[in-house]
Amino acid sequence: MAAPLVLVVLAAVTVRAALFRSSLAAFIAERVEVASPLNAWKRVVEGLALLDLGVSPYSGAVFHETPLIIYLFHFLIEYAELVFMITDVLTAVALYLAIQDFNKVVFKKQKLLIELDKYAPDVAELIQTPMEMHYIPLKVALFYLLNPYSVMSCVAKSTSAINNSVIAFFILATIKGSAFLSAVFLALATYQSLYPLTLFAPALLYLLQRQFIPIKLKSKSFWLYTLQYASLYLCSLVVIICLSFFLLNSWDFIPSVYGFILSVPDLTPNIGLFWYFFAEMFEHFSLFFVCVFQINVFFYTIPLAIKLKEHPVFFMFVQIAIISIFKSYPTVGDVALYMAFLPVWSHLYRFLRNIFILSCVLIFCSFLFPVLWHLWIYAGSANSNFYYAITLTFNIGQILLISDYFYAFLRREYYLTHGLHLTRQDGTEAMLVLK
Amino acid sequence: LREELLLSPLPTGDVAATFQFRTRWDADLQRGAVSHYRLFPKALGRLVAALGVRELHLALTQGFWRTRFWGQPPLQAPAGAELWVWFQPTVTDVDKAWKELSNILSGIFCASLNFIDSTNTIIPTASFKPLGLANGTDHHLLRYAVLPREVVCTENLTPWKKLLPCGSKAGLAVLLKAERLFHSSYHSQAVHIRPVCRDASCVAVSWELRQTLTVVFDVFSSGQGKKDWSLFRMFSRTLTDACPLASQSKVYVDISPKNKEKELLEVTPPPTSVHEAVVQGDKKTYAVYDLLSPSLFNTSRSLNVQLKWKRPQDSSEMPVPVLHAQRYVGGYGLQTGEICTLIYNTHPYRAFPVILLETVPWYLRLYVHTLTIITKGKENKPSYIHYQPAQDRRRPHLLEMLIQLPANSVTKITIQFERALLKWTEYPPDPNHGFYVGSSVLSALVPSVIAMKDVDVEQSPLFTSLFPSSDGSSYFVRLYTEPLLVNLPTPDFSMPYNVICLTCTVVAVCYGSFYNLLTRTFHVEEPSRGGLAKRLANVIRKLRGVPLL
Repeated sequence: MAAPLVLVVLAAVTVRAALFRSSLAAFIAERVEVASPLNAWKRVVEGLALLDLGVSPYSGAVFHETPLIIYLFHFLIEYAELVFMITDVLTAVALYLAIQDFNKVVFKKQKLLIELDKYAPDVAELIQTPMEMHYIPLKVALFYLLNPYSVMSCVAKSTSAINNSVIAFFILATIKGSAFLSAVFLALATYQSLYPLTLFAPALLYLLQRQFIPIKLKSKSFWLYTLQYASLYLCSLVVIICLSFFLLNSWDFIPSVYGFILSVPDLTPNIGLFWYFFAEMFEHFSLFFVCVFQINVFFYTIPLAIKLKEHPVFFMFVQIAIISIFKSYPTVGDVALYMAFLPVWSHLYRFLRNIFILSCVLIFCSFLFPVLWHLWIYAGSANSNFYYAITLTFNIGQILLISDYFYAFLRREYYLTHGLHLTRQDGTEAMLVLK
Repeated sequence: LREELLLSPLPTGDVAATFQFRTRWDADLQRGAVSHYRLFPKALGRLVAALGVRELHLALTQGFWRTRFWGQPPLQAPAGAELWVWFQPTVTDVDKAWKELSNILSGIFCASLNFIDSTNTIIPTASFKPLGLANGTDHHLLRYAVLPREVVCTENLTPWKKLLPCGSKAGLAVLLKAERLFHSSYHSQAVHIRPVCRDASCVAVSWELRQTLTVVFDVFSSGQGKKDWSLFRMFSRTLTDACPLASQSKVYVDISPKNKEKELLEVTPPPTSVHEAVVQGDKKTYAVYDLLSPSLFNTSRSLNVQLKWKRPQDSSEMPVPVLHAQRYVGGYGLQTGEICTLIYNTHPYRAFPVILLETVPWYLRLYVHTLTIITKGKENKPSYIHYQPAQDRRRPHLLEMLIQLPANSVTKITIQFERALLKWTEYPPDPNHGFYVGSSVLSALVPSVIAMKDVDVEQSPLFTSLFPSSDGSSYFVRLYTEPLLVNLPTPDFSMPYNVICLTCTVVAVCYGSFYNLLTRTFHVEEPSRGGLAKRLANVIRKLRGVPLL
């Protein structure tokens, strides 16, 4: 399996290198869908220039990256293109290894449940076979590396690629079962952009499952392990934040980074829902709606944890998707991360209801984004409503895609336990509804 | 009180008239309350005492002084309103005093100076040194703000005139009639308050109030295209007497010959005296009319100074000023842009440094790593840069640089910016007009060709003594560039309700789908008899021969 992976990596690196050298690189770097105020490369360069001038990068409103990024790029600014290509490759390799391990776990669990007779007798066609699962890790790496979203993100040198890489390593560490590494990478991901905090729950559920600790609120071992993992996570977070303090000897970065993510003062258009909403908001309600929108990202965690406690990796996928859709400054780089997971659920294809329409919506919206941006900003013949409409459609497309996969997943689980050919009491063929 | 009017014909055929009214008040506002105001206006005196102001400079300007064509201005001000103030070291909360001061001045001068707040106030570090006596210069006591959108009209002139000791009833101020003054290319009125030495020994400190008004009359707007000027033609009034409270009241007319030839101008009636001085690096000759001398009003009751050109103006011999600048916005679209400043040093062999102060509002996000300074095709590194980035909705960008200008060169300074999308309530009522960026300030000590003698402030004309000159080889010049008008992308102002509804709908779609999937479980559907629609459909199906539902 190594050879095809190497081929895929080479193809991806070639595509990125070709685009770096072309005239499209400058055009892509300026696109608001790819570069947001949080992760634009222009702002990283600006922050380093301010540091050279003797002014703290956090004294203005331009630089919102964490001090560790300053550390990293202070030495690597000459090789920035190489750094981002390597980051993408590392993300893909991490996802490849993680999904490889995950497939082994899935297969083992399936075998156990078949031997325990938990499955209905006629579900043979729903069981995943090693044959069909063989190419899934390669497809995941392919989906991530050759996804136009991640290619554009890399060419624009957006630091969301670094965030994706850290999250990919976190997933790898979790699936391999190492609580310490998983906590460290999760702390790094949370430190960079606050939202991966919600991934604590699926990681905890997976590690508990792996240690065969039952998830019961009365169980002492459950609480012990949770406390262990939580303290590992919090300690690493505190250590990283203190390290950042010593870079510039000030706590200025906290309001500049986390205050900025939470209070959304910059209304630069992007593919998310926040910017136009707060541009048209009455001042009086601004604080209320900021709180509502931020809570919206975090509050799906507990209900999803309750429903999907047997399937933590799917939970992780849904959670990453929710973060990418509802975070305050989303970019297509974040979308590329959860799209990389779609091959893992390719066995759900037969239960997806609207996949054709939704993929068309997503593709068309991706093409219309730059067109309507040009019409608004450069041609002056459209106004902001056009771009906003495409934003809405794109987000609805993403939301319906995720809920479609969720529906298909739950339906397959039902069929697995109740049998594929359902009959009603009178023997006729039955329909399945959500009630 | 000393009042003075300087008439200088400009190379393009226009005439600039600069009025200066200087009141010196020998009182020490620091010690104790002063209650006897004689010529110094009480409103300003109380202001200075109460708020601990050391120096105050307020200018209200309409129009732009075209340095390239009109020459170096005696005193330039940027378009709109400009206010800069040095506070006493005893003031503890400078920002609070600044806010109070701008509000009180707004009331006194009927100008909307109350719009001066932290989003357009800056603290320059090098550009605005005190012009009066100073005891140490901690630049945290200095505040500078400019309102480029401010419009100047008769409403601002009237309170300004009221501050004069004689009002507009006697002396030179009778010429200040609003309908003529605002029918001009450039109109600038200013108030300068500063502490000065009481006499040459400088033992005691007096307060000096200078009110200056500069107006440039256009050849063409005055009609008839003839280039002969007279006081009556410019102001529709003539001078009848001096202000009784004035100790000195003079009219200076610039009759300097160009290129060492005989005069181009003929002045009638004949002046009382002729004064020669070196002003701004050039030897200039002035015809002086002393309104206090009894011989002036002997022949006629009124004084109407007339200027006639002796020979036609040759536009090719327009002298170029040593230092001039222009600024413009580059780029296209509403996402990014570029501010370009061109500074010209036309001195044939001397290079000199210039301090450039740029203040840009926060919604144009400057990227200082894109700052490039190019002189004669090569990069020019400034020897001093002070950059303070903006904070959203709190303070503007401040960029101060000391740039060395080589002789006979053009320096191009460019910096890129990004345009922000503001909240819909932050746009002015006419959002597509654009947003103004205040003029940038160039301060320089320009080397002069002719050595200048150190002159006694009391004896020399007022227009030579506004800026203190440290040595005779250079003179201080402060230039302002054009204000810029920049468009920002606008949201649709008619849509707040629609936007809130649609965005909340999208969030609700997610919430609804997830709620259904999380709280409901799959069940086998029980057969139901079917509603009316189903029965109707079955009837049609039976007719078609298709299996029933």
